[in-house]
Amino acid sequence: MTATTAADPKAATTRQADQVTPEFEAAIDEIVTHYPVSKRSASLPLLHYWQNTFGSVDDSGIEWIAARLELQPINIYELVTFYPWFRREAAGKTIIRVCRTLACAMAGSYEVKEKFCSAVGLDPLAEHHGFGEAPPTSADGKFSVEFVECLASCGSAPVALINNTLHEKITPESIPGIVGQYQ
Amino acid sequence: MTAQPFVMPPPHPKERRIIFENISQPGYDPSIDTFIKHGGYESLKKALTMKPVEIIDAVKASNLRGRGGAGFPCGVKWSFIKHDDGKPHYIVVNGDESEPGTFKDRYILHYDPHQLIEGLVISAYATNTHLSYIYIRCEFPEAAGIVWNAIEEAKARGFVGKNILGSGFDCDIYVHQGAGAYICGEETSLLESLEGKRPYPRIKPPYFPAVLGLYMKPTIVNNVETICHVKHILRLGPEEYAKMGTPGDGGTRTMCVSGDVVKPGFYELPAGAVTLGELIFDICGGLKPGRKLKAVIPGGSSAKVLRAEEIFKVKVKGADGQMVDKEIKMLDVVMDAATLGSVGSMIGSAGVIVMDDTREMVWALNNLNQFYAHESCGQCTPCREGSLWMSKITTRMLDGGGQGADPKTLQNVADNIAGRTVCAFGEACAWPTQSFLAKFPEEFEAVAAEK
Ligand SMILES: Cc1cc2nc3c(=O)[nH]c(=O)nc-3n(C[C@H](O)[C@H](O)[C@H](O)COP(=O)(O)O)c2cc1C
Ligand code: SF4
Ligand code: FES
Repeated sequence: MTATTAADPKAATTRQADQVTPEFEAAIDEIVTHYPVSKRSASLPLLHYWQNTFGSVDDSGIEWIAARLELQPINIYELVTFYPWFRREAAGKTIIRVCRTLACAMAGSYEVKEKFCSAVGLDPLAEHHGFGEAPPTSADGKFSVEFVECLASCGSAPVALINNTLHEKITPESIPGIVGQYQ
Repeated sequence: MTAQPFVMPPPHPKERRIIFENISQPGYDPSIDTFIKHGGYESLKKALTMKPVEIIDAVKASNLRGRGGAGFPCGVKWSFIKHDDGKPHYIVVNGDESEPGTFKDRYILHYDPHQLIEGLVISAYATNTHLSYIYIRCEFPEAAGIVWNAIEEAKARGFVGKNILGSGFDCDIYVHQGAGAYICGEETSLLESLEGKRPYPRIKPPYFPAVLGLYMKPTIVNNVETICHVKHILRLGPEEYAKMGTPGDGGTRTMCVSGDVVKPGFYELPAGAVTLGELIFDICGGLKPGRKLKAVIPGGSSAKVLRAEEIFKVKVKGADGQMVDKEIKMLDVVMDAATLGSVGSMIGSAGVIVMDDTREMVWALNNLNQFYAHESCGQCTPCREGSLWMSKITTRMLDGGGQGADPKTLQNVADNIAGRTVCAFGEACAWPTQSFLAKFPEEFEAVAAEK
């Protein structure tokens, strides 16, 4: 790594792999035991574990996981770029994933997403291209909002997955209250 | 890990709750003690006294069809596995539940995980499988925790792991989480995903993972609901179970109804017990006041749409065994695999999406086109390019840029996807466009002509 000065915020970012702790490694070793036939099968769970710990998966993470599973970095990189769940950049502390698909759209999910955006100070028209890019994130780093596809809860549309919790039958009026729970 | 409280409404008289029997008990929780109090793991004890082939025969006799979408007879699939071929076998439970309109597995995973585990251990015993995975989409983070916890509980009581209940049979079960890609529900994509690769569906043949599956070994992939049914087949006996359905389509089926009905939700009904009209008007309380039915997608978003008041001409077997012509009105279509197939659609994953007369069909199709464009894995050119192309056209039409040739172009693109791809996603993304155009041509022409 190049020398950093505290004044340069970009250079001050550290490699995630430098923050791996012995506890983290022990958890990883345990996950790998779930796949007695092929270690490579552990790549998705390791990516999840990495992203849950560090908030995203940087180059060092890709290299670290690949080395751990005796793979090439490209074997991990091609997963990060394929699966919508993984991102290469940090997202907000709370991620609001609004279902976009038909039953929810019929129940007003486009309006719901707009209202979530305005409630957390985001431009509802901000684009999100995927491919590892973080979803639009509020300036204070608290919230990200994105559309996702059918969350398998169409009977209680419109729905949103906020961090680990599903919120159902969301109305525009209920949105400030929901956001308040995560402030 | 606690799921949101969930209270099932009392059953409609036509409902017969087997899979959802426990969940509909007040105060039922996902702990193993509660499950055992409700008769849990008794079917497993029974199974371990049977020969594996007897279980497979029972599943065959039950006429259980897969509940994941393709509807393949479960017992037949299992019999492709040769018990003593000396190879390791695997079972992978498909808990990817991502077909728009489908929301049943979510409730089983969150609220009755032991039902799935019991069904899975029985299935493993029947197919001589010692290692199984439950693949759960990562958008069910709570479910993954609940199922993990249930596996640990079951292990502690000797229902999972080494020497299950002293029978000498071993089976380990692990949870594997997806990462937000619909295509992973396709069974060969699911296996690639589980192998840690990019989840590109595999080229067929072989058509069945039972031939070459996980790690290129014989593998059974079944939907969550399908695996749960296995336990009830042993509990009720295959004849009793089969009797609930129609010939060739046994047991109950969980119908998920969403969209413009008064009481959306899921309803567990004997296969073939209700018509579309009964489902919408009697069970789901009909449409909102003042609205009229316009269209129904009967089997998950990929199933071909049906138009209200449509009359289907079908051939059915008459009393004398001869095929005779018959007309069926849309609302009289029986909700089973055979009837929906005969009217040109499918029961699929039994996700019924209802649309009333306020819905514009170009808008509805565009929503689905965007879904498919987003979810194509990109492996085959017709699917990758075609799904995006269709989505771009319908989006442009809605943005006021309709062109006269749009319906024709859409048709042409869709016709050139289906049948030309590695996996059935090709059909799944072409069928909505093909059927919306066929059923509602006037709406597409009107929007195309707008300038
Ligand atoms: C594009 C596509 C998506 C699918 N998604 C799912 C799904 O989310 N869940 C599921 O159980 N089956 C899904 N299937 C069907 C599976 O490929 C497979 O047929 C099924 O899991 C087999 O289990 P069953 O016989 O118990 O239905 C999908 C199929 C295709 C082509
Ligand atoms: S049909 Fe589509 S989803 Fe299926 S393998 Fe081809 S590109 Fe992928
Ligand atoms: S369409 Fe939103 S949960 Fe299915």
